Amino acid sequence: MSSPAAPQRSRATSSTQILERGDSTSGHSTATSHVRTTRGPTALTVASTAVALILLGPLVFLLVESSGAGAHQIARLIWRPLTATLLWNTVRLTVVVTVLCAIIGTLTAWCVERTDLPLRRMWAVLIVIPFAIPDFVIAFGWASLFTWVHGFEGAVLVMTLAVYPLVYLPVAASFRNADPGLEEAARSLGLGRLSTFFRVTLAQVRGAIFGGCVLVSLVVLAEFGAFEILGFRTFTTEIFTEFQLSFNIATACALSLVLILLSGLILGGDWIIRPKGRTARTGPLAQQSLRRHELGAARWPVLLTLLALVALSLGVPIGASIYWMARGTKFALGGVSILNAGLHTAFFGACAGAIATVAAIPVALLAIRHDSLKARLMERSTYLVLAMPGLVIALALSYFAERYAGGFGYQTSALLILAYSILFFPLALVGVRASIIHIPVGFEEAARSLGQSRRRAFLRVTMRIAGPGLAASFCLVFLATITELTATLLLVPINVQTLSTQFWAYQQNLSYGQAAPFALVIVLIAAVPSYVISRYFDRLPARATAGQ
Amino acid sequence: MVLVAAIMLSACGSSSTGSRGSITLYSGQHVQSTDALIAGFEKLTGITVNLRSNDEDTLADQMVTEGARSPADVFFTENSPVLQFLSGKGLLATLPSSTLARTSSAFNSPRGNWVGVSARVSVLIYNPKLIAKRQLPTSVLQLASPKYKGLLAVAPGETDVQPIIASVLHTYGHARAVAWLEGVKANASGHILANSESIANEVNRGEVAFALVNQYYWWRLRAEIGVSNVSSKIAYFAARDPGYVIDVSGAAVLRLSTHKAAARKFVAFLVSRAGQEIIAHSISFEYPLASGVATVQPETPFSQLQPNSITIPELGTGSPAIALLHEAGLL
Repeated sequence: MSSPAAPQRSRATSSTQILERGDSTSGHSTATSHVRTTRGPTALTVASTAVALILLGPLVFLLVESSGAGAHQIARLIWRPLTATLLWNTVRLTVVVTVLCAIIGTLTAWCVERTDLPLRRMWAVLIVIPFAIPDFVIAFGWASLFTWVHGFEGAVLVMTLAVYPLVYLPVAASFRNADPGLEEAARSLGLGRLSTFFRVTLAQVRGAIFGGCVLVSLVVLAEFGAFEILGFRTFTTEIFTEFQLSFNIATACALSLVLILLSGLILGGDWIIRPKGRTARTGPLAQQSLRRHELGAARWPVLLTLLALVALSLGVPIGASIYWMARGTKFALGGVSILNAGLHTAFFGACAGAIATVAAIPVALLAIRHDSLKARLMERSTYLVLAMPGLVIALALSYFAERYAGGFGYQTSALLILAYSILFFPLALVGVRASIIHIPVGFEEAARSLGQSRRRAFLRVTMRIAGPGLAASFCLVFLATITELTATLLLVPINVQTLSTQFWAYQQNLSYGQAAPFALVIVLIAAVPSYVISRYFDRLPARATAGQ
Repeated sequence: MVLVAAIMLSACGSSSTGSRGSITLYSGQHVQSTDALIAGFEKLTGITVNLRSNDEDTLADQMVTEGARSPADVFFTENSPVLQFLSGKGLLATLPSSTLARTSSAFNSPRGNWVGVSARVSVLIYNPKLIAKRQLPTSVLQLASPKYKGLLAVAPGETDVQPIIASVLHTYGHARAVAWLEGVKANASGHILANSESIANEVNRGEVAFALVNQYYWWRLRAEIGVSNVSSKIAYFAARDPGYVIDVSGAAVLRLSTHKAAARKFVAFLVSRAGQEIIAHSISFEYPLASGVATVQPETPFSQLQPNSITIPELGTGSPAIALLHEAGLL
């Protein structure tokens, strides 16, 4: 269930990261003054603990199960010949794609934010859209049209085109917030143009580049659909194959543990070595002195390159879908209609969006308003979900329901919705956090001093002001579920198809004519709102500081 | 929005509930034939069939894990090993002799708890632009020959390879079978694919020279993309070669099914004249197995095939094949 979830999940995190960066540079002075040093109310602590426990459930379950299966058996499964192949495949792909995305994402962000590139607004939109197209649709577009797109090279091409916006987004935001005065100072002190770019400009956004690279690596590790289409084997594709060949907890655990370890290493490495320090402008007015670099004659090659990038990342998948739709299908396979699949998808997405958003409220409140080591640990631990690919979460839930819950919930919509809620919780948390952090506690206290009960004050003041941000969180999760494939394939109830599983069924049977409309619908309903939301989040910190 | 979606979904749901009861079918078979068979059965009996389609190994292991809670009434597969596996676990009910009698006993469960419905045969699919017919292997063992390095594709996760591996294991023993698979892995490096559909597609597009698959993948590709776009061909191993294997697709009623009567009706329908005619005309290109019905498709008639003589019990379950694939590093 490729493309899995994690791509979208992590993608959304990118906007969060932008946000968080905004918080730390701009909103922090206000936020900290609102922290109560007291312990949080019991209800809040209990609710947050429950949420954290549910989120960590799949991980704990896998660890317990693998120790139950016996260290010997797990070791035998891990140290078999295939693991070395998968490790080599997974690591080399992750490294190459991450480096390529870093280069493409940074250069495009620089062109859009720091130069006098013609049609800047249009490029800013076109460069970001591939971020909302599921990776499996981009892989389908390329592989169905060009025979040479497969294996390692195919995987590098498709994944780079699919995920470079994960670097572009934070880096572009960082360029917007960075202090251009440093560059001018460096030039005036005699540093050359290129030296200034590498030693000053890049240094200002290296934190953002680094954050983007972490997201890219996590997405590549969790990817399933694209690699299945391209015939490239990684841990995620083989875990799925193993699950298909034997519904066996030991085999599922063995490779999953290696995958979680790899993701954990990336996240852990990020926390340890991510560059720290202030690079943001020193005052709200500093940015106004920004002068854009003149591209001059270089404008044409730059425009051509951007055009090529958009043609490859957007044109090919959409063109391929239209091409296959026009060619039609000779022997139609049975399946559900787009409306039926779309309604199921919307239902699952709406439930998961609501649950994840509501569950994120206590965790965010506790972390923001009752800052303590415990609250911060709790909030941080929920991000551990990022290290668990959607496939692994789905596997853990389905084994758990079957073995310990007496089959309760197994193969039902409820379990699928729970999986989505866990998978996309970090997205919701980022959104909720961003919408609550700017609300002064004093508002609520004023309401209480005017005789409102604690609950009414909270609902009528804080939640009302946070409303639009909560809605955006809901939408983030909703959109992520639309493009989710791996967990859905594993958990979807009997007789039910979502847009992505029905696309997958047709694609697997080479019925491209029938698969194509599903791909187009997914792109349509995911791309447009994703863009709107990313704009909303982009503007938040700016609005909070410079009043732009 | 949630409410609207829920109401519309429940409307969708209620319309599919039949008045004559319903059964749940776990199917590892291709949707092409399964959908047509279900439609024929529902029309004839008024019994609704709930379909869960997935890889047959996944479904089998799910049924073992689900135990008494399993909603499955009937299991319909592409290959025999997975049925033998469930039979060994004691999960299958004995079928009425009238149902079993429709198919030759060579293609039925030795214990009488599943019936053969249709069959496929293993063939070499090759691209003449990349390899000449006379250069193709005539025996399955030659697939491991170094001269085919870079020319071969294989899908180790596809259940269809298990009967072939079981046949090689049965004929040549464990040591030679592992060495053979290691040779296959070396030759297929860079072309280890997810499933037989991709294999047929890649050979036809000239990405890789040849592969061993069941015949119907090539015929289905030919039907889907049109004869003029087919640049691949099929060839057979030498008569009786251990790689020349008949795969039997079968169906069984689950021992713990709560709708046994309706479930038996469905299995009987699969091997009835009406069911077999659907298979004979379906674009799944499988050979109907019950007496009296032959495929109408332009493929080699079933009676003219010259497969290896390995029996259903000798093919066994898929476990030894999976263990070999692990050992050789293909899984």
